[in-house]
Amino acid sequence: MRVFRVGKINDFKDREKKIVIVDNNEVGVFRINNNFYAWKNVCPHQGGPVCQGRLFPLVKENLDPEMQSHGRIYDEKKLNIVCPWHGLEFDVETGLHPGNPNLKLDPITIEIDSETVYVQL
Amino acid sequence: MDRLVVQAKDHPIQELDTKTDTRDYLAHSRKDAEKKGFSDWLIVDVDAHHVESVSWPEITSYIDDPVVRHQAEMYHKERVGSPPYGLNGDLGLRYQDVGGRIPHQSSQREIIDKKDVHRDVVLTKRAMYGLAVDYMVIFPTPMLFLGMHPQTDMEVFLSRAYNRWLTERILPSDPGMLTLVYLPFNTPNEALKMVEEFANVPSVIGFCVTSTRYKPVHANEYMKLYRAIEETGKPIAFHAGYHWQDPSLATCNTFLGMHALGFAWCNIVHMTNWILNGIPERFPKLNSIWVESGLSWIPFLMQRLDDQYLMRQSEAPLLKKMPSEYMSQNCFYSCQPMEKSNLKALECTFEMINANSQLLYSSDWPHFDFDTPSVIYDLPFLDEGSKRNILGLNSAKLFNLDVSGTKKY
Repeated sequence: MRVFRVGKINDFKDREKKIVIVDNNEVGVFRINNNFYAWKNVCPHQGGPVCQGRLFPLVKENLDPEMQSHGRIYDEKKLNIVCPWHGLEFDVETGLHPGNPNLKLDPITIEIDSETVYVQL
Repeated sequence: MDRLVVQAKDHPIQELDTKTDTRDYLAHSRKDAEKKGFSDWLIVDVDAHHVESVSWPEITSYIDDPVVRHQAEMYHKERVGSPPYGLNGDLGLRYQDVGGRIPHQSSQREIIDKKDVHRDVVLTKRAMYGLAVDYMVIFPTPMLFLGMHPQTDMEVFLSRAYNRWLTERILPSDPGMLTLVYLPFNTPNEALKMVEEFANVPSVIGFCVTSTRYKPVHANEYMKLYRAIEETGKPIAFHAGYHWQDPSLATCNTFLGMHALGFAWCNIVHMTNWILNGIPERFPKLNSIWVESGLSWIPFLMQRLDDQYLMRQSEAPLLKKMPSEYMSQNCFYSCQPMEKSNLKALECTFEMINANSQLLYSSDWPHFDFDTPSVIYDLPFLDEGSKRNILGLNSAKLFNLDVSGTKKY
């Protein structure tokens, strides 16, 4: 079994990512808090390089109890990777599009030991 | 099982931004094209864009009128932080990149290493490489709103200057780069002169009306223009756009809503007038292309007009067949942005519009809703012949292009 060493845990800052190439496949590895996630760098929409996009917090509508809107706000607890081709957003932790759960990033198996992050294809 | 640890390679481009080379930006498209063997396919992109305002002082130097030209020179020389002289771009242009989420829509600030070739030529050729297209038809961007300019003369000055600049400075650099000449449609006599001036320029494969304007396409003042275009054997295109100040679209609070409706609405209105006033009967050899409205509006309008026409035929006495038949036999359509969320509906749309002969691939690169050639290639309900027609052969026939392509590889 082959595993690919992505880097040291400490190489990753919180809410940052690293794109690696393993066996001609591009993979995005993300750190949020002390958790790591890896996704194939292919957008399910049109095949764009989704993991090479920018990270944005999830946007929410700011509704009051009477259902009146007070504009939009960021939910800083949720982080989305945004495909730079067409702007589709995906939750970095679940890989799901916030508005359509049928659109999902392709997961890559990730392994972590005491100090190193690995991915497996 | 033995465990073998291999060092992963860092990707040389960790994040795409406004300075990323177009070829890197479109690397996935290029890789996909090589996998699918597009080197053997003729691919014609009938709608891509450049940002002409980046070169605006060059363009305004082509203005005929000496006073207006001088005004433009002084304006660009002395004003700082002002929009390009004479342009009236829509408010919506500021929102296209979804707040920085789509960097290539924000701007293309990549390095241009060739000093002897114009920036727009370099960027266009990089896009052609990335999308693996043989021919790319280049449209302007902020000029798409000139039909709403309060000074109709300004549309004439700027469009003539642009057409001359484009055909003299830009397009001769590559045989794959083509244009549909911008017509100052709000001034019919000047639009006619534009046809006469550019009809025989090699890179000119037709004529373009930007659809964002309040002009009835069936007005008598346009008949000489249509006759002249028909005689060239080249098509007329209606390139869609939006106008957020339109009273009904002004109720939309999002770019999403305004853009989704606006890009279809202008062509829905023009097509309705085009068909019901019998323009295809008056000019049977005049081909029309309906650009950048997507496809889902066409079945809607076909059914709507057919339904009403049968009850009110006396209001459209020039018609000899159903409105939908003109729309599927006399009109051509660019595919982008192709609505793909319901494949059954899309398949039905393809049947209704005779996509096999009437549909033309378009990318709309570098805009936020661009389509790669794979949006057609990957459709499960098309056979290879239809895919080849839509991706290139229909355009080659319509525009009389060399089907051997431009050796894109």
